[in-house]
Formats: sequence, structure tokens, C-alpha cells
Amino acid sequence: MPNIHMHYVVPGDDFTRAGEASADLKARLKKLGMPSDAVRKVAIALYEGEINLAIHAGGGEIEVQVFPDKVEMTLTDTGPGIPDIDLAMRAGWSTAPDEVRSLGFGAGMGLPNMKNYADDFEIESEVGVGTRVFMRVNVA
Amino acid sequence: MRISEIITTLGAEVLTEGADTSREVHAACGSDMMSDVLAYVKDQGVLITGLTNPQVVRTASMMDMVCIVFVRGKRPDNTVLQLAEEFGIIVLATQHTMYNTCGMLYEKGLHGGNNTAQ
Repeated sequence: MPNIHMHYVVPGDDFTRAGEASADLKARLKKLGMPSDAVRKVAIALYEGEINLAIHAGGGEIEVQVFPDKVEMTLTDTGPGIPDIDLAMRAGWSTAPDEVRSLGFGAGMGLPNMKNYADDFEIESEVGVGTRVFMRVNVA
Repeated sequence: MRISEIITTLGAEVLTEGADTSREVHAACGSDMMSDVLAYVKDQGVLITGLTNPQVVRTASMMDMVCIVFVRGKRPDNTVLQLAEEFGIIVLATQHTMYNTCGMLYEKGLHGGNNTAQ
């Protein structure tokens, strides 16, 4: 499997388009013959990240590196930042507006899900500056 | 259970073109909260929901689901159906409520599978 680098821009003003990057990456990894369990973990983790970028950050950027034995994803935004990361990581904690909940998201499961599906998960955030999330999924 | 049996059981309408209703599914889940679907679903092939936005189709696709059943007579717009066709997902619509839809399929042997929260 060749090393591949992908770059995606997630728009901040169109929630319906969140998920395009993960769908594209999923299709590419499938085509490369990556095991379906790993593909699914990558796709779900990145999809939740895209939803977060669209809901909370006014959009953002995604860098993906695909190696034979792992997929690394870095999501960056220049949104409002997260004041208390421990709280944000707690399942069920949410600051999403009601309109997002009416679309089926905003239940406070995004970051916990990403951490759960990724083999390595790092998050750093500064209020007023933005947030950076790194995720690595191992390919068994 | 074949998709065709789901259609018969629910008196459902098929909304996507070129659907292969002979496909077999072994488990289903019902939810209007896509975050929960992403958190807890493992091998459920069918998503039963009352939400009709594009993220429902994207969520189903991420989970490798093959069929979405929209309950309470709800119908998604064409862009949602086109997205489902693009992902090879069969979309059905039934007049039954969420609770009854789940119950009717469960009774016919389509259960929830192994998806406890832990």
C-alpha cells in the first residue's frame, strides 16, 4: 500500500456537507484494500471530527497520512477553543445548540467517540485561538 | 431477514432506484440520535429513524449499513435519496411509528444484535 497524503477543508456554514471528507477517505481506503474494521474506525472517528468542526468551530482543515500499518489524521480549526478539555471529553457533556440536536447530533458523544475509535488520540486547545486533534488508527 | 421481507412486514415503500431487495440483514437499530448510532452500533445492517437529513445517510454509510427505514410516513428530499443511492443504501418509508416498526421487525426475527453500551 503506498503512503498517501490527503488534505480536506471542512466548510463551517453548511452542516449538510460535513461527512464528505470521511466518505471520500473511506472510499479510498476501501479501494486500497485496507481491512474493513480499520476503515470503519477511521471513517467514524473522522466523521465525528468533521461534525465537530462544522458545529463548533466554523469549519476547519484535515490532514490525513495513510501508511501501510496506520492512518494518522490531524484536524485543526481556528474556532473558539475549548475552555475545559476534561469536561468536553466526558460522555454526554455538550455545548451544542438545540438546532444541532434536532439534526441528530450534539449528544456529547463526539470527542468520546473519536477517542474510543482511535488507537491514539491527542487534543490541544486554546480559547480564542483554536483546537487541534490528532488521531491514529492502527491497521491490524 | 431479506430486505424484501422488511418491505412486506412494514408495508413499506422503496424510495431508492435499483435497490437489490434480496440482500440479507441480520440486525437492526432504531434511533433519532446519530451520535448514539455512531457510538453503539456494531453490525446492525438496518437503521430505523424519523430523522430525514443527509447526516442520517452519512451515518449509515460510515457504519456500513445497507438499509434505512424512515418511520411515521416521513420522506427525505431527493438530495438525501441521491446520496443513499451513491452509497448503495436502500431507503424505505413506512407509515408506522418508530416503536411499532421496531416491534414488527423484532417479532419477525430481526433483532438488535449484540450492542450493549459497554
